[in-house]
Amino acid sequence: MAERYEIRFSGAGGQGLITAGIILAEAAAIIEGKSALQSQSYGPEARGGASKSEVIISDGPIDYPKATIVDACLAMTQEAADKYANGIKKGGLLLLDDDFVKTEPEGDFTIYRLPIMRMAKEDIGREIVANVIALAAVIGMTGVVSKEAGEEAVVRRVPPAFKELNQKAFALGYEKGKALLN
Amino acid sequence: MAKKTALVQGNQACAAGAIYAGCTFFGGYPITPSTEVAEEMSELLPTVGGKFIQMEDEIGAMASVIGASLTGAKALTATSGPGVSLKQELIGYACIAETPCVIINVMRGGPSTGMPTGPGQSDVMQARWGTHGDHAAIALVPESIQEIFTETVRAFNLAEKYRMPVQVLFDEIVGHMRERIVYPEPGELELIDRDPVTVSPEDYKPYDSTKGLVPPLASFGSEYKYHVTGLNKADDGFPTTKASLVDAEERRQIDKVECPEARADIESNEEFMTEDAEVILWAYGSSARSARYAVNELRKEGIKAGLFRPITLWPFPEKRTAELANQAKAIIVPEMNLGQMIHEVERVALGNCAIEGVFRVDGDPLNPGQIIDKVKEVI
Amino acid sequence: MAYDYEKSIRPGKLPHIWCPGCGHGIVMKGLIRAMDTCELDRNNTAIVSGIGCASRLPGYLDACTLHTAHGRAAAFATGVKMAKPEMTVICCGGDGDGTAIGGNHFIHACRRNINMTYVIMNNFIYGMTGGQFSPCTPTGMKASTTPYGNPDPVFDISKLAIGAGATFVARTTAAHPREIDKLIAQGIKHNGMSIIEVLDDCPTSYGRRNKFRSVVDMMKRLKKDAVPAKAAAKMTPEQLEGKFLTGVLYHDNEKAEYTEQYAALIKRVQEGA
Repeated sequence: MAERYEIRFSGAGGQGLITAGIILAEAAAIIEGKSALQSQSYGPEARGGASKSEVIISDGPIDYPKATIVDACLAMTQEAADKYANGIKKGGLLLLDDDFVKTEPEGDFTIYRLPIMRMAKEDIGREIVANVIALAAVIGMTGVVSKEAGEEAVVRRVPPAFKELNQKAFALGYEKGKALLN
Repeated sequence: MAKKTALVQGNQACAAGAIYAGCTFFGGYPITPSTEVAEEMSELLPTVGGKFIQMEDEIGAMASVIGASLTGAKALTATSGPGVSLKQELIGYACIAETPCVIINVMRGGPSTGMPTGPGQSDVMQARWGTHGDHAAIALVPESIQEIFTETVRAFNLAEKYRMPVQVLFDEIVGHMRERIVYPEPGELELIDRDPVTVSPEDYKPYDSTKGLVPPLASFGSEYKYHVTGLNKADDGFPTTKASLVDAEERRQIDKVECPEARADIESNEEFMTEDAEVILWAYGSSARSARYAVNELRKEGIKAGLFRPITLWPFPEKRTAELANQAKAIIVPEMNLGQMIHEVERVALGNCAIEGVFRVDGDPLNPGQIIDKVKEVI
Repeated sequence: MAYDYEKSIRPGKLPHIWCPGCGHGIVMKGLIRAMDTCELDRNNTAIVSGIGCASRLPGYLDACTLHTAHGRAAAFATGVKMAKPEMTVICCGGDGDGTAIGGNHFIHACRRNINMTYVIMNNFIYGMTGGQFSPCTPTGMKASTTPYGNPDPVFDISKLAIGAGATFVARTTAAHPREIDKLIAQGIKHNGMSIIEVLDDCPTSYGRRNKFRSVVDMMKRLKKDAVPAKAAAKMTPEQLEGKFLTGVLYHDNEKAEYTEQYAALIKRVQEGA
């Protein structure tokens, strides 16, 4: 059976993490022609609360649709980190928002930190692109899809007027994510 | 040219399948986790000249669907378990009045409001028995985004062919997850329309079964005028209390689905590694995905496991389930409920093998590990 | 010359189930005359009802007839009209069927202003089940489930319909047979939701319990208490005490009709695409 690669994005509802998951799954399934499955769970609140989006990527069919053991996890808030930063593979990676997660989850995985919301606000000028920065950072760190596929999937999803803004955010996230591993 | 592909949710694939099947009417009411079906239909139907209406309640939605179907439209509604509870009254009406329509049930936890954003498979018996009185039922249980599309198309075909409501049930996981879909080209999947009426308007009887168990249904607003009622009726559609007529009509409406020819036409199953299997996992919907994962893992350990997956849940796959009960040492039934289909499996297995369930109702899907543990415990 | 009702009645379907003295037959004859006045093509006319004595009416008439479940006539009819707007759609049924179990469908069909005509026969009682009180049973009156007198306040069906958004609302009684067909015909011609409330008598289940000595008594009472809306305008509140208004109570030609709105939506979507 083909290798499964599992990624979990978590944060507050409304932060665009479900969209980040969808973009990653599109990059894998539509652009790179792999198997990909995206799912999410959320509470009754449309904004706030903790939400998560999972993406499973594989070269073969994906049977079980939920995460079994997570290869890479993102947590944008403390609540998300407390609730969803679990089930991570030994030697897997966990990316935290440097400003919003103070208490680090414990486990046999490597923790990385990036000030994602601050980068969105200060470097790009729009908090709304934080999800794209986070997505790009995860792609940069994991290589689960190519940089080109990731960027193209982002561009396909956003309105033309926001193309450049998102490309800028993607490039920043990818570069910072890759740099974390050096 | 390459076929069109997209990454879509199960609920979106369902709506796309309905449009492909020729659906021109949707009557609905908002309910989690099925709402995206209505949202998609509200966007798609006007583009093909069809009608979308959001009704005042679930019962009204079902009523509008039956009314539209009587004018000749292929009609759809989508809801979840609590909505089906309300629609049950008119599901029975569609059964006795023999009106084609398709009902989507995106299953959540229950009973009552239960867990609206969590998955469940606890409506499978409701799909069989959920209305008062004796009646036949057809229910389809796809497991993937692609299959939701094709089974929605098949649901319309069966509804039109057998002149009755057909339910498609999938759980919240499959309804909301996204996978790649490859859209079939026009003409690639078979589409079935209701049989045309061939007799003159003077001779037309809406329930005349002399030429077959499924009498042709004329459309309101055509050259045919007739009466439709929820009362027991004679072949001319008018109420009767004559014992022999009531009995014959009730039996015919069940026979049309449960006679051997119809069963062979309606039933659809998938089998995976069952040829030499000593343990059969009997699973449907997203639980079947967990079961297939478990089969692969068990085979790695040399355990002869296989998967039997009904795609048509009702009518129940009696013959094949009985055969597997003779072949295997055990049948394991994983379900996201506390044991519903397992009773049907037990009924037809006649004690020929051990039967065990793996049940889960906490809002999380059945984990392959749970299934694997149960298999090891049984063998 | 006697009016030819026979051509509108399905052969072999009479006698009807209604009791001697029941007003539903008068309403049915009024409906037939109205359909003739409007020259309705019976193949293109759907008559939709719910459950109850009044809801048996469609079965007798030669048209596309749909006897649905209790209270659901307006919702089924909405599906018919949406799917085939070229059809003329008429609903009929009783007060309990339309305003209690079917109340939600009734008010929302009014709100949408979908082009259909709903003839609601208000005989103040659930007749078919043996005389239980309905939302229209006057307070204090006797029914099989109000042996000490009805404690419930009453629905005014016409006001309910106006408040909910119907655009043609009229009331008459079974004691005014000529007005029945005129108002129904006006309703059919009106492009929008038309409600025709016909106050009706149920001698078996209502009259008997409430000391009406005869059907004639009940009819006389309907005549006596009916005040044409025009005449009422010149009367004092004291004079109107215990009376009800008849005739056209509300008429609005401005509000958009629902299926036309939807057809325009389809056109807009398809042209934009």
